[in-house]
Amino acid sequence: MKFTEEHEWLRAENDIIVVGITEHATTQLGDIVFVELPEVGTTVSKDDEIVVIESVKAASDILAPIDGEIVEVNEALGDNPALANDDATGAGWFFKIKPSNPSQMDGLMDEAAYTAFIA
Amino acid sequence: MTDLLHTPLYDLHADLGARMVPFAGYAMPVQYPLGVMGEHTHTREKAGLFDVSHMGQVILKADTFEAAARALETLVPVDILGLGPDRQRYGFFTDDKGGITDDLMLANRGDHIFVVVNAACKAADIDHMKAHLDGVEVTEITDRALLALQGPSAEKVLAALDPKAAEMRFMDVATLTLCGAECWVSRSGYTGEDGYEISVPAAQASDLAKALLAHVDVEAIGLGARDSLRLEAGLCLYGHDIDTSTTPAQANLGWAIQKVRRAGGARTGGFPGAEAVLGELFGGAERKRVGLLPEGRAPMREGVELFATADSDAAIGQITSGTFGPTRGGPVAMGYLPMEHTTPGTTIFGELRGKRLPLTVCALPFVPAKFKR
Repeated sequence: MKFTEEHEWLRAENDIIVVGITEHATTQLGDIVFVELPEVGTTVSKDDEIVVIESVKAASDILAPIDGEIVEVNEALGDNPALANDDATGAGWFFKIKPSNPSQMDGLMDEAAYTAFIA
Repeated sequence: MTDLLHTPLYDLHADLGARMVPFAGYAMPVQYPLGVMGEHTHTREKAGLFDVSHMGQVILKADTFEAAARALETLVPVDILGLGPDRQRYGFFTDDKGGITDDLMLANRGDHIFVVVNAACKAADIDHMKAHLDGVEVTEITDRALLALQGPSAEKVLAALDPKAAEMRFMDVATLTLCGAECWVSRSGYTGEDGYEISVPAAQASDLAKALLAHVDVEAIGLGARDSLRLEAGLCLYGHDIDTSTTPAQANLGWAIQKVRRAGGARTGGFPGAEAVLGELFGGAERKRVGLLPEGRAPMREGVELFATADSDAAIGQITSGTFGPTRGGPVAMGYLPMEHTTPGTTIFGELRGKRLPLTVCALPFVPAKFKR
């Protein structure tokens, strides 16, 4: 698993990358009550604001961690946004992206680097 | 947060694992490990303990209660003279234009009036009272904490410490002995639930809070859940839903101005902005505070502009408070709209992230009050 400084995690599944936000992020945000996901088929560039998360406290944007095409989104978050709190790196995933520039993954942190980053 | 003031419960908040934020010059707990949703729901189902020691506690004393009441009626447009012994009432200060400069709770405690005002306004309120209340000694109480115990279990929890708590009704005040401390208690609060607010000597506040938290039904509750609880209860937050740009009639707070202070009443007017306030109460305001239910799950928060239709140009109002209401299970908001849009059931639109999304005007509160009348 790889991590961004924006507290996203990225996990490769064959040539598709699954993206969510870390437990550290969901703990900071508090209870998540709404997630607005991008449309499947959208082409995104790194740092585009593509997801809106509303916690009980505030709205936050999630940025595209890499360039690519959104190939699937986690519809379950629509009815149950708390999945992002309860299982941040599992059932609480946000979207799957097909990278157009896979080498962008190399610039991301590994778990040890991320753990040091949030310490 | 080094310049922030601490309440007498500051160390306890740290022990309980609170996340502290600056609020009105104080370091206050916004949430505990239970989290805002859990704290909100716990308060509705059992009981929550809130530290509201940042709020201003003030004693107004004159030769008699009547003298103090008559004086305070020159600043606050509610019936204070007619407030019975050991009874509390909601009110507000107005300015010369009829705008609201703060809202407050005031209680007849026999030989004096006990007033609780908002933290952010307390210095101005105290100066205002000192300047204008002739013959009244205005004393800020700085050696007491203020706790709120709210929720359906509040009565049994407090009555276990002093059985007199169970005899109080909504808006009664009494002096109770809780864990050996002389406490000034009212049966009121800011959540829409039954409950109490407890003024306790600062030195004994932590022990009392710990004794209350020792009950299995009681959890510590932060400012986050305090906000969602009061919003679901349809209660105004000063500086957001009401301020000097809003009048009592516009804020839908006309109920707080009793007949005796209105046009034709025995003690009509005689407070700042009386002509504007009473004229608007009688003739109707141009806009009104309403409840708003956004469709879907996305909260619409303070500052969201409101429109009559999905494509109209000019905004007709603004959201003044909005969040996700855990008990309602969806977003809730309040805002001001022109009278012609205030009928419950009316659909209006809010602009969120560039999109116009529908909201339905609805009666307040969102969650029925459970006061023990």
